[in-house]
This record gives sequence, C-alpha cells and structure tokens, in this order.
Amino acid sequence: MFDSNVIKMILEGIRDTLYMTLGSTLVGYALGLPLGIILYVTSSKGLHPIPFIYRIGDFICNIVRSIPFLILLILLIPFTRLIVGKSYGSTATIVPLVICAAPYIARVVESSLNEVDAGVIEAARAMGASNIQIILKVLLVEAKTSLFRGITITTGLLLGYSAMSGTVGGGGLGDIAVRYGYYRWETGIMIVTVVLLIIIFQIIQNLGTFISNKIDHRKR
Amino acid sequence: MEEILRVENLSKKYEDVDVLDGISLSVKKGEVVVIVGPSGCGKSTFLRCLNGLEDIRDGSVFLGDEKINPNKKNLSKTREKIGMVFQSYDLFPHKTILQNVTLAPIKVKKRKKAEVEEEALKLLDRVGLISKKDNYPRQLSGGQKQRVAIVRALIMHPEVLLFDEVTAALDPEMVREVLDVVLSLAKEGRTMLIVTHEMSFARAVADRVIFLDGGKIVEEGKPTDFFDNPKTDRLKKFLKTFSYEE
Repeated sequence: MFDSNVIKMILEGIRDTLYMTLGSTLVGYALGLPLGIILYVTSSKGLHPIPFIYRIGDFICNIVRSIPFLILLILLIPFTRLIVGKSYGSTATIVPLVICAAPYIARVVESSLNEVDAGVIEAARAMGASNIQIILKVLLVEAKTSLFRGITITTGLLLGYSAMSGTVGGGGLGDIAVRYGYYRWETGIMIVTVVLLIIIFQIIQNLGTFISNKIDHRKR
Repeated sequence: MEEILRVENLSKKYEDVDVLDGISLSVKKGEVVVIVGPSGCGKSTFLRCLNGLEDIRDGSVFLGDEKINPNKKNLSKTREKIGMVFQSYDLFPHKTILQNVTLAPIKVKKRKKAEVEEEALKLLDRVGLISKKDNYPRQLSGGQKQRVAIVRALIMHPEVLLFDEVTAALDPEMVREVLDVVLSLAKEGRTMLIVTHEMSFARAVADRVIFLDGGKIVEEGKPTDFFDNPKTDRLKKFLKTFSYEE
C-alpha cells in the first residue's frame, strides 16, 4: 500500500496543505487586518466613530461568516476561475479560503484591539498623538500578544478548511484522505493523512503559543 | 504674573445631571491649584475637559490665546502643551520604561532619538529610576510606575501639568515617593492643577485650593484660609470627614 508513489503523493500533500494554509492566512491578513482596524476605529467606542462605515463592514463580515465554508467554496467557483484560471488545485483553493478567512480575521483583530486598555489609549491621546500614531505605535504594539494568538487560531482553522476543500478537488492532505479513504476504502492512507494533519496542527498551535508568550511583557 | 489657563463658564451634562455647572477659573503661570471635593463632584471631568479628553459643549477653555476645542484638528498640538498624569498610571505595558518615556517626544514631537533618550535618562535619574530604564512596567511597583508616568509627561515640556488623583491607587507607603516628586515640581515653579484626596499634601503644595461640589466651585482660597478657616458649611463638613477629632 505504501509504495514510493504513495509516499511521494503524501509528501506533496503536506506541501500543498502548508501552501494553502499559510498562503491563505497571509493573504487573509493582508485583507482582514486593515478591515479589522477599520471596524475598531469606526465603531461607536472607537478612535473615530463613523457609524455608516462600521455598519457596512459589520454587515459584510456577518454575511460572509454566516455562509458555510463548503457552500462558499462552490458559490465562488466562477470567481475563482476568473482569478486563478481554474477552479481546482491548491492555488484555486486559496481564493475561497481567503474570502472565508478575511472577515473572520477582521473580527479577531477587532476583538484583540478592543482588549487594549482604554486608559493607555487615552494617555497617548493626552500626549498629543494623532489617531494614526495611536494605531501604529500604541494599539498594534499593545495588542500584539492577542493578535498573535489570533493568527494561531486562524491558521488552525484554515488548516481544517483547506482539508475540507479536498472534497471538491482542492488538493493537499484533505484531498488524499477523501480520494483514498472515502472513495477507495483505503483506511490506512486516510489514517496517515489524519495523523499528519494532527501533527501539523499541533506544530502550528504550539509554535503560536510559544511565540505569543515570548512577546508578552505583561506577565512573568 | 501672566495668565496661562482660563476657563470660562464651563458646563457639562451627563443625561440631565450637571457634572460641571458653570465653572470659571484663571490660572497664572507657575501657580499650583489643588482641587478637592467629594467623589463624583466633577473634579476628574473638569481636568479632562482642560485637555479636550471630554467634549466641551458649554463654556470655553483657553491655553494662552488658544481655545481648546475637542473637535478641532489641531487639538493634538494643544495637548502636547498640557501634560496629564492619571490615577491608573497607564504606562504602555509592552514598552520598556525608556520607550514609554521617549515614545511621544520622538513620534509626536519628531525630536531626535539620541537627544530625547539623553533627556529621558536625566529625568529618570531625577526620580531615582534610572536603573529601571530597560524594565517593563509590570516589574515596577505602583509608586515607581507613577513616577515614570510623571517623567513621561515632563519630557513633553508641557506648559501646564494636570494630575488626576495620582496617588489614589497606591499603597500608603508609596504615596510619599510620588508626592515628593510633585512637590519638587511645584518648587521649580511649574504650573499645575492637581486633583487629590491627600489633604496634608494639598496644604503643602497648593498656592490656591478649590473646593468643588455639585459641579460648582463652592469655595476657594489660600491653603491656610481654606483649611483653617473654611467659610462655607459645606466645606466645613467636607473637611471634617478627614479628621477623627471630635
């Protein structure tokens, strides 16, 4: 069962899974981080409340997040084809992963920023700092531990979602698990892929926890 | 002496309750004004209005010739001239003591880093905390944190310093070390407005004491008159709560 072809396939599966997970986390943050900052800043208790902008951002986040990922994957096929040129494979999977992750990331970022002590922000404001200075030099710095935990959680979530995309030909370990384990009844290969997913998840989670503890200056 | 801060008929309401009710006040350069009063009398709100942390709807506040307007774009320029120290220190937890002190002068005032650091070290030395420069706020005691917060305000070269119950959150034995710093600033001739519950400190530091109650200035005077010969019954009653002699 585990000949060199299968091993090669599994190794490629690991590569594709990491590519999808990390790629979508990265692009997801490129969109979600600014969106989260906008949500925080424009909310009624933010640095510069603009209810209209907040409501639009809030609405978009809620709409996208209320669509189950598997449905989103299918709904977005034409859009994915437009951007990547095809609707299957790991690069194509990054598109729905990002669309799914960005609003989620925005929420995670918003709540991290909300955790920053209001007194600290007020102190910065009293020193004459502008809103941009407060965001870049105070908020993001003081929220970094929490932001980093958010990245860890998001990466773990996207690892799971990338595996889910295997059902529609997304590639990666999830794809292998579905094709071999489900369609061909090769339980051995399925178990190997699941164990690999567990190991990857553990690495991400522990690395994330380690780093966020390392950069936390608030506790001993 | 020239007037540095003028408050004209400042009023503020929170849902129909008058927090500040027509306060007028003039502070001269180098004057130390202490504001006392029962909890909820509007002392903190009053201080926060002075640097635009609160909306000013009725009345006006002037720093020199500039009117302080919370909705105006150049408010941050005005705020640079008013230093504020808070009850809860509000140091940046993820920055070292030195970074806490140098952040605003470097980023807000765009001064040179080397020059700012040199000044920061001098000021930290003055409050006896130079050895803590590379520590993080959590490694400091409350009194030490508050002394850093004072340095953080001083390094902006403010024209006026506001102290909002800076010892209220401290253990009794740490109150002194903070108040000694404030007292030394008063001796230097700095203009300060101080909200406090420490009556003996108020007597020692103040040029003028103001009693605020119900959002109004009920009585004001020199510390000796204020504490030894209070005129209004309200102030007599208030001062009595600090004494255990019958």
